[in-house]
Amino acid sequence: MTVLVGYVPSPLGEAALRAAIEQARFREEPILVVNTSRGDAYADPRLAQEPDLERVTRELTAAGVPHNVRQLVRGRDAAEEIEEIVEAEDVSLVVIGIRHRTPVGKLIMGSTAQEILLRVPCPVLAVKAG
Amino acid sequence: MDNLANLLDGFANVLTPMNLLFALLGVTVGTAVGVLPGIGPAMTVALLLPVTYGMEPAQAFIMFAGIFYGGMYGGSTTSILLNTPGESSSVVTAIEGNKMAKAGRAAQALATAAIGSFVAGTIATVLLVVVTPPVVQFAISLGAPDYFALMLLAFVSVTAVLGASRVRGFASLVLGLMIGVIGIDQSGQQRLTFGIPQLADGIDVVVVAVGIFAVGEALWIAAHLRRKAGEVIPVGQPWMGKQDWKRSWKPWLRGTAFGFPFGAVPAGGAEIPTFLSYVTEKKLSKHKEEFGRGAIEGVAGPEAANNASAAGTLVPMLAIGLPTNATAAVMLAAFQGYGIQPGPLLFTRESSLVWTLIASLFIGNLLLLVLNLPLAPAWARLLRIPRPYLYAGILFFASMGAYAVNAQPFDLYLLLALGLLGFGMRRFGLPILPLIVGIILGPRAELQGRRALQLSGGELHGLLGGWVSWLIYAAIAVVLLWPLVGRFVVRPLRGRLVTG
Repeated sequence: MTVLVGYVPSPLGEAALRAAIEQARFREEPILVVNTSRGDAYADPRLAQEPDLERVTRELTAAGVPHNVRQLVRGRDAAEEIEEIVEAEDVSLVVIGIRHRTPVGKLIMGSTAQEILLRVPCPVLAVKAG
Repeated sequence: MDNLANLLDGFANVLTPMNLLFALLGVTVGTAVGVLPGIGPAMTVALLLPVTYGMEPAQAFIMFAGIFYGGMYGGSTTSILLNTPGESSSVVTAIEGNKMAKAGRAAQALATAAIGSFVAGTIATVLLVVVTPPVVQFAISLGAPDYFALMLLAFVSVTAVLGASRVRGFASLVLGLMIGVIGIDQSGQQRLTFGIPQLADGIDVVVVAVGIFAVGEALWIAAHLRRKAGEVIPVGQPWMGKQDWKRSWKPWLRGTAFGFPFGAVPAGGAEIPTFLSYVTEKKLSKHKEEFGRGAIEGVAGPEAANNASAAGTLVPMLAIGLPTNATAAVMLAAFQGYGIQPGPLLFTRESSLVWTLIASLFIGNLLLLVLNLPLAPAWARLLRIPRPYLYAGILFFASMGAYAVNAQPFDLYLLLALGLLGFGMRRFGLPILPLIVGIILGPRAELQGRRALQLSGGELHGLLGGWVSWLIYAAIAVVLLWPLVGRFVVRPLRGRLVTG
């Protein structure tokens, strides 16, 4: 069994990562860090860059949790990617960060968090930043 | 001092709330398309052509001028923050600009680009005001043979000077001339109409421009959407320290000196002067060791050069009706759409329109500085828009515009065919500029050539008018023969020097 964390390089993502580490220790399971981007914009702030990934690895190593970091850029939504991993692999818990969204923002861009909450078959832990 | 009075009248025309609104709209749209790689001012003006047919000419041109200048400003933001040039004129800016940003000096790079663009744009627009009337005086004295020669020079120089391959340049030019001759010619003959009645009037320039620029580019992007997002370097408010000002002002002035004349000759816009400016700054700099690691001179010079060249481009466009880059070519198409004949008579016939346009350049430049200096980080956020959304919007606008021209479905098939042509040209590395110049100038060159031949009763020597056309033909010969001279004269000489 694995704890999957949807990581984004922001305070939100860091909060999710910390919660995931706590859960992994408690459950004595390894962590799978997933960072995705559709990759169809010229810039995507949610795609973790090299320094971000290094920091994540350092944090996980320091916490002493067995871990695996996976970055996926193949034109699909984060929710789709996470759903697929959960179905294919033995995931016990998905940890994501959530934040307040305006109704208009949700209408236009959709909500990745909502997609994950409703789609993923296993329990989901939603964490707020700060 | 006639011109000064005219210019002041122009300012009075621009400073109405409605026209200021169009100027603001133009510079905003211009900056946005400048920031986005792949979408340039030429495509934008083409897409807006059908929309503007319902507007006053002055308002349309105020907006187009804003888009043209705005594209030059916006391109630098992307170059500096993303290391992907937003426009071809900002390719050089990325070299030092992105290095500066990576070293934590993005704010200074953006500031020197924006202020340099403003300084250069203002100086170059003043030069435009000073230089254009004498050029018009001179151009009025030219006859049909001289014009014919001048257009031939434009054809030759846009194909031979730019791009990696002359063969590709000429192939593109021939395609353009071919599309340009479709329709009924001046003697009533049908040419290349294939019995299709809709082609008898020729292909509307709007459909060609939108097809080649918008549909072609959209298909090209769709065909290989690179699935890799870059990182936009975060930046606060752009600002410059005392040292930065000291190191920037000379490159700004030198960049202006490079940009303006190169913009005015038909050697293809901003690529050459920005590169020359970069090389010069590298040579003259007191901080040579910083070049390659983020030297502010390497951003200040080229950014000034590209804005100055934008103003330079307008000199032949307004004075002679000669486009030297793609945006100017599409703007000339817009003149024709309003039934305004571009050429030296433009300044006398449409005096108010021209001077309003020039005055709007000063206003637009100021608006751009205000819009770009504090808001650069906000503009960079545009890069987060997923490209499929962008290009879906462009295709929608393109089809709507092409259909709106004549309200006939035939234009949509034509649009698709031309879009595929544009895609094919990008695929095989054919430059777009010769094609568009061929389409716009081809029919006019034919008109002038026919006039010259009619005057001489069909004798070929009628094409050789006065000394002006002799000079121009000599220039054409030099441009065409230069590579041969390089191969057979310069290189053997150099070889002998090395061995001797």
